[in-house]
Amino acid sequence: MRIVFKTDYMQDIRPWKDSFQLTMYLILLVIVAAAPWLLDDFYLGELTNVLIWAIAGLGLMILTGHTGQVSLGHAAFLAFGCYANVILIEAGVPFLIAFPLAGILTGIAGVTVAIPALRLHGIYLAIFTMALSILMDDVIVLAEPITGGVAGKYLGGVEIFGHLVDRWATPDQFFWLVLIVAIFVTLGYINLLRAPLGRSFIAVRDSEVSAQAMGVDVAKTKTLSFALSCAVTGWAGALMGLYAGAFNNETFSVIISIQLLMMIVIGGLGSIHGAFLGAIVIGFLPQFLSISKEYVAAAFGGNTVAIPGLEFGIFGAILICFILFEPMGMYGRWLKIRTWFELFPFYRKDMFKRQKSYLKTERLR
Amino acid sequence: MDNAQLLISGLANGCVYGLIALGFVLIYKATEAVNFAQGDFMMLGAFVTIGLTNTEYMGLPFWLALPISLGIMGALGYLLDRLIIRRLFGESQTAVVILTIALGFVIRFVAGLIWGHEPQTLQNPLAGKEVRFGGLVLGMEDVAVIVVTILLTWGLYVFFSKTRLGLAMQGASQNQLAAYYMGIPVKRVQGIIWALAGVVAGIAGILFAAKGSVDPTTGLLGIKAFAAAVIGGFGSLPGALAGGLIVGVIEPFASRYIAAGYSQIAPYALLLAVLIFRPNGLFSQVRVKKV
Amino acid sequence: MSMLEFENVTLKFGGLTAVNDLSFEVQEGEVFAIVGPNGAGKSTVFNLISRFYDPYAGSIRFDGHDLLQVKPSGVAEYGVARTFQNIELFEHATVLQNLLVGRHRHRKTNLVSEILFTPSARRQELENREKVEEIIDFLDLQAFRDKMISGLPYGVRKVVEVARALATDPKLLLLDEPASGLSVEETTDMRWWIDDIRRQMGITVLMVEHDMGLVSGVSDRVLAMADGAKLALGTPAEVQSHPAVVEAYLGKAS
Repeated sequence: MRIVFKTDYMQDIRPWKDSFQLTMYLILLVIVAAAPWLLDDFYLGELTNVLIWAIAGLGLMILTGHTGQVSLGHAAFLAFGCYANVILIEAGVPFLIAFPLAGILTGIAGVTVAIPALRLHGIYLAIFTMALSILMDDVIVLAEPITGGVAGKYLGGVEIFGHLVDRWATPDQFFWLVLIVAIFVTLGYINLLRAPLGRSFIAVRDSEVSAQAMGVDVAKTKTLSFALSCAVTGWAGALMGLYAGAFNNETFSVIISIQLLMMIVIGGLGSIHGAFLGAIVIGFLPQFLSISKEYVAAAFGGNTVAIPGLEFGIFGAILICFILFEPMGMYGRWLKIRTWFELFPFYRKDMFKRQKSYLKTERLR
Repeated sequence: MDNAQLLISGLANGCVYGLIALGFVLIYKATEAVNFAQGDFMMLGAFVTIGLTNTEYMGLPFWLALPISLGIMGALGYLLDRLIIRRLFGESQTAVVILTIALGFVIRFVAGLIWGHEPQTLQNPLAGKEVRFGGLVLGMEDVAVIVVTILLTWGLYVFFSKTRLGLAMQGASQNQLAAYYMGIPVKRVQGIIWALAGVVAGIAGILFAAKGSVDPTTGLLGIKAFAAAVIGGFGSLPGALAGGLIVGVIEPFASRYIAAGYSQIAPYALLLAVLIFRPNGLFSQVRVKKV
Repeated sequence: MSMLEFENVTLKFGGLTAVNDLSFEVQEGEVFAIVGPNGAGKSTVFNLISRFYDPYAGSIRFDGHDLLQVKPSGVAEYGVARTFQNIELFEHATVLQNLLVGRHRHRKTNLVSEILFTPSARRQELENREKVEEIIDFLDLQAFRDKMISGLPYGVRKVVEVARALATDPKLLLLDEPASGLSVEETTDMRWWIDDIRRQMGITVLMVEHDMGLVSGVSDRVLAMADGAKLALGTPAEVQSHPAVVEAYLGKAS
């Protein structure tokens, strides 16, 4: 077992626990960055997709995992970021300006949504955002002159310093672009969590009254959380647009919103790891299913038929199992496994036991 | 006359929304949980009845199939609580919301496996019959929907506000621990409520399938019904029905009088407006938390 | 000099008068206790100071500021910190993080400098840590520093809440039933701490408490309330022997 002796305040402020942990993350980063040489184009594309979902997950994690505001409508912000990015590029703005701007604009859109939503709690906020996501679909159709309506839009690659970055023509470059965005967002997120603002998010999540009594302006904090969350989600949306190439109003349906929320729940709410772990599940589940279908077909004869809804059915079942047996998600399970190894053979089953609490009415707010 | 016809068909649709919303509110009232899968429950109820009555499946007589399928739905509701929801006792509302959304996915998948993805209609004795009412032509199904919905809402309302068990259920939701101390069997009450919600979903499903066709994605109608429940104010049974009727009536009128493309926005726009200006619905139950 | 002033404050919830024409002053440097039977409006007084409710009439002044002009989060900015009757900690955070939230009112960095974690943000974090560690030492919380609140026993939570309030570096500390639910030993500890908070840190303390032993042990002056109104105000001994107080607690002598 590794025991960290704390001799300096900086040890708690630094993002890594000790040099061992730092080394492990750096090795992981090097391996991922080398993926274009390790994987074929198909799997590199899948990995890119996972990273984009992870960025979107980080966006939602800020709002739902750390500020406790459940959103069932983040697909609306994915769409906003995607369209903002493409429309800016079509207007002749270079990608390196259009892309950050798309996120910032989405953040501003998030603030305009947050202000009327400030009074809403729990399920009311969930249904509010869900309605937004449904409306976004219709709004994109109605705003046809700008968005292309049902026909949608198409965007080939983008140019960065004269290099073509395109999902199909230059998948390696596109992968690195996504990886760089993911790294920047993650680092910003880590910094946020070790600074007063990130802590005030957690304070609002866990107890609004005492956050207020500590001098945290709840309305302002929630609005900021919406802004940051939507900005990151907007970047993910812009990358999704580049990844998909062609997209229309149905690309960002309310189902995507639900999927995104489920993803971070499976990964583990309230942790950065959770967004990545959830994205891996959502990204590789379809591959896994099609491979196992082929395997089943080969083993038992018969042909591989498409079963509609299978992916969602399985996904739903996985989620139910997680909520029932591991509410802290995959990251929570990982923490337990790690502790088991570190403490072997002294791990006790009740070490992570949560306090049983009785439901108090949420009608009293 | 034309408007009257629109109104009637809107009311009939609204009743179905209201019935699903009733299921939401029932569960919310007694357990403070929100069942996002209520729409899929309704779809399941429709398919179970179709599976029992339609000639291509079991072909039982309609009036025999009716109690059986309601029994099945009640049992499913009870089992769901027993096996899954009860384990979340004391967890946050959000966990239950996410769980039931996932459950909806699973139900849709299973229904698709069993009954396929083609739209199907319930064969029923009311099919094709009409009632003429001073120039208005009403389908018997529409009349049945409206009558059944009103009776059911009234019955549930009386149950909750007048009977001992109903009051006990309300008490159980507001403070589980206190309810325990008062000798209310909280867990059993929850089971009964989920069974009841299953039966209500079954009724909604049967009425819906008699009026039109169902397929596994019909359950997504639940989103609209959820909007109805919020508009009416969560926690009020007559409110749920009123919300359902509002949404049901708005739809045909919006598509008649507002430009295409804008009309389907109407119910959601109304929902947003209600949430912004009267966040607790038109029949509020929310008070301020004491610290 | 008076630090906190209630002047003819009245609060009504619908038909119920929770606080009725209440006036009192808390002097700088004293420990001031509010006692009274359940439902007397003691916690309501705290919630009025925290600006959770708007009074129906009257004025509340703190350190020369009109408290009724600020929003709830602004009260802490003036230097008022509080604890809650039913412990309101940040459950899914560590003790350290809880105390660091208490430093929020001293935040000088902004969104951008925090996301980039600039040297100034780093310096601020170090300062916060130093201050918080002092409080951890003061209240003997070293063993729990990195533990999640959700796993802590009740008595420790109670202390953590006091620590979090102290982390804000307050001028006035509001303690809502600091000894409720504590064992005899823990209550004794709490008593010494309250004494030290006043003497060493120079913080004025206003507390609501049922335990008369604790109240008479630490407080300079006591306000007795019943039905939202003032019954008696004076030293602990004076209040305890005041006929109105005796009557409120024991009923009319027959």
